[in-house]
Amino acid sequence: MKTIIPVENGDTLQALQGFLGRLLETGTVDALLVPLRTPYGTVTPGIVTNPEMLAEADPLAPVLPSNGATLAGKLSAREPRAKVGVMLRSCELRALIELVKMQQANLADLVLIAVDCAGTYSVPVFVKKGTGDKGQGLWQELYQLATLQPETSQPEIRAACKICEQPVFDGAQITIELLGSDLSQGIHISLTDELAARLGMSPCDANGRAAVVEKLVAARTASRDAAFAEIRARLEGKEGVPGVFAACIRCHNCMEVCPICYCKQCVFKSPIFDHDPMQFIGWAKQKGAYRMPPDTMLFHLTRMNHMALSCVGCGMCTEACPAELPVGLVFRAVNQRLDAAFDYHPGHSVDDPLPLVTFKADEWTEIGE
Amino acid sequence: MTDTQFEPKIIAFLCNWCTYTGADLAGTSRLQYPPNVRIIRLMCSGAVDPIYVLKADLAGADGILIGGCHPGDCHYQEGNYKARRRVVAMKEILKNAGFDEDRVWLRWISASEGSRFADTIREMTAAIKEKGPNPMKTTWAV
Ligand code: SF4
Ligand code: SF4
Ligand code: FES
Repeated sequence: MKTIIPVENGDTLQALQGFLGRLLETGTVDALLVPLRTPYGTVTPGIVTNPEMLAEADPLAPVLPSNGATLAGKLSAREPRAKVGVMLRSCELRALIELVKMQQANLADLVLIAVDCAGTYSVPVFVKKGTGDKGQGLWQELYQLATLQPETSQPEIRAACKICEQPVFDGAQITIELLGSDLSQGIHISLTDELAARLGMSPCDANGRAAVVEKLVAARTASRDAAFAEIRARLEGKEGVPGVFAACIRCHNCMEVCPICYCKQCVFKSPIFDHDPMQFIGWAKQKGAYRMPPDTMLFHLTRMNHMALSCVGCGMCTEACPAELPVGLVFRAVNQRLDAAFDYHPGHSVDDPLPLVTFKADEWTEIGE
Repeated sequence: MTDTQFEPKIIAFLCNWCTYTGADLAGTSRLQYPPNVRIIRLMCSGAVDPIYVLKADLAGADGILIGGCHPGDCHYQEGNYKARRRVVAMKEILKNAGFDEDRVWLRWISASEGSRFADTIREMTAAIKEKGPNPMKTTWAV
């Protein structure tokens, strides 16, 4: 059902906080996972159980310190657990769907609250811009731009966001439809009939969201394709992965922040890479020289094999890379080809099996002869 | 190095129950095949993580063969079907990452197919000779 949260005195944030408070007060959820303003002006995800604390909630702050799918997994993978409303952006929800299929999260006691996304800033950019007046102007600017000029990207949002062609998520119990309307007047939301009845909300007319989303998606898709063409020219040309990742310092940050890379003990941190000293000398003799630390391209190529099929393009890896490598762009470009081969769409449905755990008897007969 | 001198090095990951036994049969039947292959035995083709294949490729192996039981015959029911999907993904990734995906082969060879094993090695050695050495042999910065 579609409905609207009334906004008083143009205070959209307060209206949203009020709505979240109702979820707690009506017992719809026991807790909420939402972005909170810290006393120091920064924004971090946090768990709220006391409705009063929602005065600190800043769910529209345009920053993504981490992909919240991992956090939702921590709150849901094991029992006993509480009923938690998780307020997430599209790339986080899509990662969450993938984690469910990897048994790292469970939707049974989660209430998914999807927020339309107009893009986010890197943490340092956000910190520079967004402290002070609760950063209200910051998100207003982004949603206004996305609504009034969907063809134009705000130049400072993250590289991943500029090429994100899935800024809205379909399939949450509650969707905060921020695109396509005047947020100082009201917040359009859609929610299940059951939740609407519980919260005592009545239907209202549809908004101008669909048309805006369509334009935004078209513009982002065009930027994405241009970025893909550029990185593919490098990957398929002389450079390849060894060239593109040449400056990698092997910090593993990209893997640490990846919501899909969930392994507790990654093979690259396991003792199988504790080679004997003479092993390195042997390898150096074979090639004349040997890159240290070892196996850097092996790391990237293996990770691609292990997770690229489920890459949702959140760009956390790119954010975390101290060498400023286009990690996320590479993985997304590869992901697009893989998903085409397997006709798979990460994050779309928990019912689409992960491509590498399923099979058909009579497929790719030309590859295994 | 000229082509006539180039002897490819092929790393073969063979499943214990079918292809490894097939390779053994080729040996005990005294079938002739090129000495270019180094065999690593695994319990099932489904146990071949891409990391093994990639390690061999980056170290300069000229060809990599994954051998398993024919579809339907895997001793763990579906290991080879899953291996096939993994190989499809791996080849797609290699292609998109600037590597030659045709250095990686997947073949189903049963325990009784000693001659099929010998033929496969012959065929693969010839195809890889045609390609020339893996450029990774001399690429240290990986
Ligand atoms: S990648 Fe997409 S959904 Fe994620 S923060 Fe950026 S614009 Fe939003
Ligand atoms: S974050 Fe960057 S430098 Fe660190 S391992 Fe990943 S690609 Fe390499
Ligand atoms: S046991 Fe031979 S492929 Fe699985």
